[in-house]
Amino acid sequence: MNKQSVSELSQALKNKSISAVELTNDFLKRIDLHRDLNVMISVNEENALLAAKQADKRIQQGQANPLTGIPMAHKDIFCTTTMRTTCGSKMLSEFTAPYAATIVEKLDKEGVVLLGKTNMDEFAMGSTNESSFFGPVKNPWDPTRVPGGSSGGSAAAVAASLSAFTTGSDTGGSIRQPAAFCGISGLKPTYGLLSRYGMVAFASSLDTAGLFARSAEDIALILQATAGFDEKDSTSAKVEPVHYSEALSKPLQPFRIGLPRSTFHPDVDSEIQNAVLEAVRLFEQLGGEIVELDLSFQSHWIPCYYVVACAEASSNLSRYDGIRYGHRSQNAETLRDLIVHSREEGFGMEVKRRILTGTHVLSAGYYDDYYVQAQKVRRLIRDELTHALSQVDFLLGPTTPTCAFKINEKIVNSTQHYLADIFTVGANLAGLPALSIPGGFNTQGLPIGIQLLSNHFNEARILQLAHHYQQNTAWHKMTPNGEEK
Amino acid sequence: MTWETVIGLEVHAQLSTQSKLFSTAPTKYGALPNTQTNYVDAGLPGVLPVLNQHAVEMAIQFGFAIHATINNNSYFERKNYFYPDLPKGYQISQFQRPIVGNGYLDILLSDGTEKTIHIDRAHLEEDAGKSLHEAHSHHTGIDLNRAGTPLLEIVTTPCMHSAEEVVCYLKTLHRLVRFLGICDGNMQEGSFRCDVNLSLRKMGQKQLGTRTELKNINSFRFIEKAIVFEQLRHQDLLESGQPIIQETRLYNPDKNRTESMRTKENENDYRYFPDPDLLPIHIDSQELTRIKNAMPPLPTEISKRLQQKDLLPQESIEFLFTSPSVLNFFNEVRQKSIAPAKVIINWLKGAYTAALNEKGLSFETPLIPVDQFALLLTRLTDGTISNNIAKTLFNQLLISSKTVDELIEQEGLLENKNDAALVELIQSIIHQFPQQAAEYRAGKEKLLGFFVGHVMKETKGKANPTEVNALLVQLLSVSN
Repeated sequence: MNKQSVSELSQALKNKSISAVELTNDFLKRIDLHRDLNVMISVNEENALLAAKQADKRIQQGQANPLTGIPMAHKDIFCTTTMRTTCGSKMLSEFTAPYAATIVEKLDKEGVVLLGKTNMDEFAMGSTNESSFFGPVKNPWDPTRVPGGSSGGSAAAVAASLSAFTTGSDTGGSIRQPAAFCGISGLKPTYGLLSRYGMVAFASSLDTAGLFARSAEDIALILQATAGFDEKDSTSAKVEPVHYSEALSKPLQPFRIGLPRSTFHPDVDSEIQNAVLEAVRLFEQLGGEIVELDLSFQSHWIPCYYVVACAEASSNLSRYDGIRYGHRSQNAETLRDLIVHSREEGFGMEVKRRILTGTHVLSAGYYDDYYVQAQKVRRLIRDELTHALSQVDFLLGPTTPTCAFKINEKIVNSTQHYLADIFTVGANLAGLPALSIPGGFNTQGLPIGIQLLSNHFNEARILQLAHHYQQNTAWHKMTPNGEEK
Repeated sequence: MTWETVIGLEVHAQLSTQSKLFSTAPTKYGALPNTQTNYVDAGLPGVLPVLNQHAVEMAIQFGFAIHATINNNSYFERKNYFYPDLPKGYQISQFQRPIVGNGYLDILLSDGTEKTIHIDRAHLEEDAGKSLHEAHSHHTGIDLNRAGTPLLEIVTTPCMHSAEEVVCYLKTLHRLVRFLGICDGNMQEGSFRCDVNLSLRKMGQKQLGTRTELKNINSFRFIEKAIVFEQLRHQDLLESGQPIIQETRLYNPDKNRTESMRTKENENDYRYFPDPDLLPIHIDSQELTRIKNAMPPLPTEISKRLQQKDLLPQESIEFLFTSPSVLNFFNEVRQKSIAPAKVIINWLKGAYTAALNEKGLSFETPLIPVDQFALLLTRLTDGTISNNIAKTLFNQLLISSKTVDELIEQEGLLENKNDAALVELIQSIIHQFPQQAAEYRAGKEKLLGFFVGHVMKETKGKANPTEVNALLVQLLSVSN
């Protein structure tokens, strides 16, 4: 049952072929069975079953929404009142928020069953999930490999069918890269479409809440329930509501797809290049016109991203000083010691590295050369991408240059590690929506992700195109081998 | 050698909004620690600031009042530094693009000369919390009630040259923000705080000397004393060839001297950058017009009107400017009573203030409903009652819930207005004292008072003195 899609589960709940309590128990059993994957940081069975009972009541009363009774999990970056919110850090390992994130509240209202909170890179910094204070997550397709990051737990949870869908956050690729590594669909919406309230901040101008599920169809359903203006988030957008699910099965209008030539750079795995070409052929069959193009600023994406993201992070993470909440050093005599030791003990290596980088680029004497320069470059990158998207309807390419790498492989060289985001950060810098969908497997049986970008608030069209693609492919239906149903 | 003192000021005026600059928590002063605080003020993970539009409007009103430029698309920046009572590890402030830029305020010095004070900028920022070092013996308490309270930081150019100019500017500014209704001006509670930047240079020299900053002085008197002290300290150092250290100093009122707080080397690199959680403040021209139209009259306009239309002396005007509540009360009485402005002011200054003082209250808490107070002065002015009776009635109004007219009727205080009885009484008194009446008619006009006294005695003070005077003059002149 738990390997079915959200829409299938929703149907099964509606026609009462299964109850929410039964379904929840199924998922809880699987979570327990797959503890070795280290997907969840917290699980709250009691609350999950309580929510399932309430969902069943709602279904009985005929007052169910499509997501009522669907078991799911939140990335541990979203504040919840029923479980701690650790953000994968020792700093917040004991922190339980007195409020829920807007996205959590919205899904609660829909009547979802919250199973637990998923593992992640510390403060969402990383693309392997190895920077988590709670240990690395293992890729369900190959447990010696990473699931990607930072939302590695959320991606692995859906891939291993431990949760029907999950939430995630994407600052530079933290949804799309793990979705690609784990063979599922992952959406980073337009900046401002989903509220950031209650999502622990990493880099505020890039942070985007987003979603993981097997298919574009499922994502449309969940996006419907979570998108929209939130008065608690000044950067959330006032846009007309769109019916994402209704748009899915409408016939495709003629469309143009831009294919950046960087896809065929020698550093990109040839098997991934081939998967993209295969997707190109399918899109052509679906009526698309393919246009090859160059994104001349692409080589600046990563440097620009790291300046902006680290600058904002260095300031956002200043609040963790051990004074009001979070880890507090027991070994401090003075006020200065208290702050210094609490941060020294509470933060991991990668977080410290980025705080230092960010502090440096904002410092007097360096600000203009780094931060101001990066803002200018960011504007150019954005302009180039939106210009390209005025010529074509979508941009297509690989989500990542490689498939999932081995655990411990990338820790050694962090600059190399940063290149994992080479195709994804552009969407964050420009605030554009981007979706990663399964596009095949390499010869080792590891999933390959392909990425679709479109213009701001064009989620309905991306999801529609991906849905048509998924009507003609079965990649998104594949699940890791060696498991009994 | 003669030295010129150069002073620039930074004033932090706390805006009197109901809620904080970026959160919905209330801004009430003096509440129990951390009861006026919410998750946003406490800087919990994942919370976000939402700008209070009222604070923006107040800042814009101030901008209009000082003839300044209102910056369209001004934005907020983060000022990063660690301090226990700064919950986010940064203060949200404005740096590169303040909402108000380039204005001025004219001040009137005691010798009657006018001076224009240039205001370089006024920007919005949030206040920090407070560290409570005395509350506990073994640790420091943190009270976040003040954290996030909206401040308008008003910065002048270095254009003042003496303590007198500084205090005069501060008093003019203090009056302005209070009468605009954007700041309660309470200096004891820290609603109006001042930092002084001071340096000395040789007379005639262009380049500014090394400055020191005097922080957070909370009374006009202390500001004056601190400046005088600091001027002399600089002068002594300069004349003995010692360097001035650029530093922040605090004024110690007990010892009447300034003391070093931190030197420039120990200052933070604040790493300002635009706050990505907030959008730029965009105000269109329609909005600006609406805000401008909603402004109350400025103190200078009010003052001019009182001077020119009501012919009030400066002293009375100053009294009305003691606080906005005095002026408001005066205006209301003025509107509802036929009494002349002078009479109203005399009553407010005299009986009314005395009664307030006795109860330890201010004009914000009316002792008597304004309608009744206005009616009392109307009855006095139209001659229904005498001044003495008005005073008696005033005292009764303080303790009774009855109306003026009810009290007049109840006490039988109505005056015998022009009636035959009064004429008769006066005539009989004139008859009683033929000698004095003759002397009066012969030119000894002082004797009028003698007759008035007798009439008042007979009427037990109930007669209207003006009327008694008039009747006496009329009846005494008739020789019989």
